[in-house]
Amino acid sequence: MTVHRPSVRALVLGALALACAIALVVAPRASSAPDGLERVAADHGMDTGERAHPLDAGPLAGYRPFGSGGAVATGLAGVAGIACCFLAASGLVAVRRRRRAGDPAHATGGAPHVPVTDAASGA
Amino acid sequence: MHIPDGFLDPTTCAATGLVAAGALAWALRGPEAADDRRLPLAGMAAASVFALQLCNFPVAAGTSGHLLGGALTAALVGPRLGVLCMSVVVGVQALLFADGGLSVLGANLTNLAVVGVLGAHVLLRLLRPLLPRTRTGVLLAVGAAAALTPALGAAAFLVEYALGGNGVAPLGTAAAAMLGVHLLIGVGEAIITVLTISTVLGLRPDLVHAAAHLPVPVAARRPVVAGAEQAVR
Repeated sequence: MTVHRPSVRALVLGALALACAIALVVAPRASSAPDGLERVAADHGMDTGERAHPLDAGPLAGYRPFGSGGAVATGLAGVAGIACCFLAASGLVAVRRRRRAGDPAHATGGAPHVPVTDAASGA
Repeated sequence: MHIPDGFLDPTTCAATGLVAAGALAWALRGPEAADDRRLPLAGMAAASVFALQLCNFPVAAGTSGHLLGGALTAALVGPRLGVLCMSVVVGVQALLFADGGLSVLGANLTNLAVVGVLGAHVLLRLLRPLLPRTRTGVLLAVGAAAALTPALGAAAFLVEYALGGNGVAPLGTAAAAMLGVHLLIGVGEAIITVLTISTVLGLRPDLVHAAAHLPVPVAARRPVVAGAEQAVR
C-alpha cells in the first residue's frame, strides 16, 4: 500500500487553508447558544461577580471586527485569529530553537556535553 | 469553557497564573520540543484549534459546546508543544477577541492548556498498553482521551470555584451541572479530535506523537540503514 506522503510544508499549508475555510464557512453558522460554562453560570448563579472584559472595546472584541457582526466579518475575524495563532506558536518555537542552537549543551542534539567549565561560563 | 472576568477572586487568579506560568516555562524548556520534525506543526496545531474552537455545536436545549483541543494537541504534537499551542490559542482569544477574561487568564490557561493537554496526555499513556498497537488502537485512545477532556477542564474550574468563586451557586449544584454538560460536550470533542487525528495519520503517520510507538511500516522505512528510523526517535 503506497500512500502519497505530503511534505510537512504541504501538510501545514493544507491545514491552514482548511482552518480558514472553517472560519469563513462554518464559524458564522455555529450555534450562538451559551456554552456549557456560560449556561451553568447563568442557571445556577456562578456569575454574580461577572465584570465586563477590559478589552471589550478592542477592534476584534467578540469576533466582531470594529463592531460589525455579519457572517463575512465574523469569518474574517476568525482568519485574523488563525494567522495570529500560527505566527505566535511558530514564533515561540523558533525563539526556543534558536536559544537551543546557541546553547553548547544542546547544539549537537544530545551528543556528549562540552566540559562543565565551558557550560558554566554561560556564553 | 472560557471563564469571564470576575468569576474568581484575586488569590485564585494569582495562584492559577503561577500554575500556568510554570507549565509554560516547562513547555518551553523540555527536550521534546526539540523534536525537529514536529516543530513546524506547532503553528498548524494552534491555528487549527483556534478555527475549530469557533464552531460551537448544540449539545442540549439552549446550550452549546465547542472543541477545546487538549487531546487533539497532546495526540498530535505531544504534551510540551501541546501546552504551548493551547496557551497561544487561549492567549490570543483573551487579548485580541476579549474571549475569556484577563484577570482569569491564568485560570483559563490552567484549565484548557495545562489540565486539558496534560490530562489527555496521561490518559493516552494509560490507555496505550491496553490497546492494540495499530492505528485503530491509537484512535480509540485519542477518542477516549478527547471525550474526557472537557470534563477535566470543568473539574479544574470547579476546584478554582471551590477555592475562590465569586458566585452564589453551591459547589455541589455547580459540579453536577458542569460535569454533566461537559461530558456531553466530550462527545463532540471526541468526534472532531478522532476525525482530525485520523486524517493526519492517513497522510503522515510519522508526525503524530500519539502514534510514535506504532511499528514503522516497511514501505515507510528509508532504505539506508536498518534501524535508523528507531535511532532517530
